[in-house]
Amino acid sequence: MKTLEDLKRIREEALKAMKVREGEQGTKITVAMGTCGIAAGARETMSALLDELNKRGITDVTVTQTGCKGLCEQEPMIEVTRAGEAAVTYGHVDAERARRIVAEHIVNGNLVGEYIVSK
Amino acid sequence: MREISLHILDIAENSIRAGAPDVEIGVRVDEPADRLVVTVRDNGRGMPEEMAAVVADPFVTSRTERRVGLGLPLLAAACERTGGGLKVRSRPGEGTEVEATFGLSSVDRAPMGALAETIANIASGYPDVRIALAFSSGGEQFEFDSALVREALDGVPLSSPQVAAWMREHIQEGIAGVSSLE
Repeated sequence: MKTLEDLKRIREEALKAMKVREGEQGTKITVAMGTCGIAAGARETMSALLDELNKRGITDVTVTQTGCKGLCEQEPMIEVTRAGEAAVTYGHVDAERARRIVAEHIVNGNLVGEYIVSK
Repeated sequence: MREISLHILDIAENSIRAGAPDVEIGVRVDEPADRLVVTVRDNGRGMPEEMAAVVADPFVTSRTERRVGLGLPLLAAACERTGGGLKVRSRPGEGTEVEATFGLSSVDRAPMGALAETIANIASGYPDVRIALAFSSGGEQFEFDSALVREALDGVPLSSPQVAAWMREHIQEGIAGVSSLE
């Protein structure tokens, strides 16, 4: 059973990690979750991102949502912003692409050129 | 949409775009009446009665990025083909309530799908919005409230991937304890 005790443990670990990189700003991933994004599978994209970050024990990346940006044909879309760098928008991000973006862009710091919609 | 929970995600998204600090989602399984009632209630900016009356029309939207809005029309169609229907009540400055009724045993009803994942993703994806879920069936109820999680986390954001995973499993277990709805 997932109890509040587990949540407290998560909190302690997150606080420890936050202390280590004090003052540094983490990476932000935004998933477009308009009707178009949802119909194209954006919920699964977001879950894959969260799962991949969780598996790798990455705590300083936040995954948030936003609405439709008017490029419905490119959905599911995500935007990755690493601290101090310009935002990068990726298109047609299914679960598999999402995991690859975590591995290559978030972990290794290399853009995944073939999925980029705009820089 | 393949799942009712994807409609819930979509409608909750409308609430958040309407600036709602609180979004309350209700799922009620009513076997005696053979109904499944889903509500999404918010305290966002709301809309005039005339607008609420026509939001199920795909050519009505408040968006400026595009001229069609498919979220509510798709939900209305999903309800109607099961013998149910969609009601939208709203008041400017107070908020909006969307009530979607489905025929529970209708063969045309979409499955509920990954509701726990959906709620956890919204709560995590919009860490500053309070997301609540009340899931009831046969007199039993499971409640989730992201404000309580936020309180317990005391400074650690809801958008942390580890917290999202905890919320998903917590909600999953809670729902399974109340109903085996598919």
